[in-house]
Amino acid sequence: MSEHILEIRHLSKAFGSHAVLKDIDFTVDKGDVTTIIGASGSGKSTLLRCINLLETLTTGEIYFHGKDVTKGKVNASAYRAKVGMVFQSFNLFNNMTVLGNCMIGQQKVSHVAKTEAKQRALFYLSKVGMAPYINARPDQISGGQKQRVAIARALAMEPEVLLFDEPTSALDPEMVGEVLEVMKSLARDNMTMLVVTHEMAFARDVSNHVVYMADGVIEEEGTPEKIFTDPQNQRTRDFLKRILNG
Amino acid sequence: MVTTLLSDIGSLWAKYGTVYLTGIANTLILAVTATVIGCIIGFFCGILQTIPYDANDNILKRILLKLIRIVIRVYVEVFRGTPMILQAVFIYYGLPYFFGVSFKDIWTVSIIVVSINTGAYMAESVRGGIMSIDVGQFEGAKAIGMNHWQTMLYVVLPQTLRNIMPQIGNNYIINVKDTSVMFIIGFSDFFAVHKMVSGAVFKYFPSAFMEMAGYLCMTLLASFLLRKVEKKLKGKSNYELVGEDQLVMAAGTYSYPSEAGSPFDEVNKDYKGENK
Repeated sequence: MSEHILEIRHLSKAFGSHAVLKDIDFTVDKGDVTTIIGASGSGKSTLLRCINLLETLTTGEIYFHGKDVTKGKVNASAYRAKVGMVFQSFNLFNNMTVLGNCMIGQQKVSHVAKTEAKQRALFYLSKVGMAPYINARPDQISGGQKQRVAIARALAMEPEVLLFDEPTSALDPEMVGEVLEVMKSLARDNMTMLVVTHEMAFARDVSNHVVYMADGVIEEEGTPEKIFTDPQNQRTRDFLKRILNG
Repeated sequence: MVTTLLSDIGSLWAKYGTVYLTGIANTLILAVTATVIGCIIGFFCGILQTIPYDANDNILKRILLKLIRIVIRVYVEVFRGTPMILQAVFIYYGLPYFFGVSFKDIWTVSIIVVSINTGAYMAESVRGGIMSIDVGQFEGAKAIGMNHWQTMLYVVLPQTLRNIMPQIGNNYIINVKDTSVMFIIGFSDFFAVHKMVSGAVFKYFPSAFMEMAGYLCMTLLASFLLRKVEKKLKGKSNYELVGEDQLVMAAGTYSYPSEAGSPFDEVNKDYKGENK
């Protein structure tokens, strides 16, 4: 089990002359729940979007099972089907029902037969507690419910890694819990997850690896115990002090 | 005066009724066919124009995509910027020069001309419609592995279609009326009937009156049907819960209480309990 699922090497991203990410290096192993924390504008979300190839890197490589996915020959769509993503703004397809949202990718991208796609969609929708709502359209359900459906949609593709881009940041406070609960259950099922979040409790209690970013670089990374109880870096200490007391 | 008009219309109808009806049928068939083909052209151009490319793509792909955009741009500007009556003449008499063939079939030429004219307008409408779709919809589709065509076909275009339905209606109604210029190449639409009949019996006003009423009926019917389609595309306003979790009072499942209110109704302060 020496092979990493994801290996980020020397990743840099600049928008024009503005360098957002500078020489990022880290790895994700099977079953890891990695949380990326840091102040707004530190490049967390951009990093996640780079990993899913929604942004093109300026320099660096991303290895998926040892294969570089950033070079021309690689089929980005096939890679994305294996690395799911959950967005801050849900991004459910407005022209489909909840069930349709969870079936379309399976049918069109993975070419799963309709009956099987439906079974699988129902399985994952009941996992996130949204099975009763299969006939609803995205504009008819609440934010927390939308995010749960979005998670089910990503799961239905049976990805190897799931990326979460601030999944609870757009939610009303009373809906954050239901989404975090779902994410916790995924972690218990050994789903490999990479989570950008402001939920420090989640980072501390659920993840097994915490990455602290500031100004486009990884300032410190390690186990949650280490980061939260004994941070080595002054900036990490300041950030945690501010966010935990604030 | 009204009685003379009515009797004139009556006599025209008795003599030329079927001719007028054939004119209406021709106009409708041409307008519907050309609008449908025009929409297909428009959607096709819309998809081609929005294929994304960036500096990392290889040079050939970039040149090709750039070229496609230029060709579509030229097409739109030329056919949006010249009168359709002239386009009809241009194509009808121009084709023999270049291809040595002349279209014997007026229908074919008319459908081609009106279709590519509509297509030019629709290309812009579709482009606007695609731009109005939230970027999150594209990213959501990409994130589950869809390519550009799949994203367009299953996610973006259905929503675009719903958004630009009023524009499609506009184009259709314009086509119903503007196909009348096709008389220039000999197409016998509803307006051509007026020219023919009034020329034969010199009843210009009664015939024009019938034409006005006829066109208005056609367009009003179109408006009515388009509203129906729009409503259908919007989807149901409620949904049913599936499964045993019936206690959830979710949006859309909530049924408005009768005058007495219901025990679950927080808003209705007048609810007096079941015994009342």
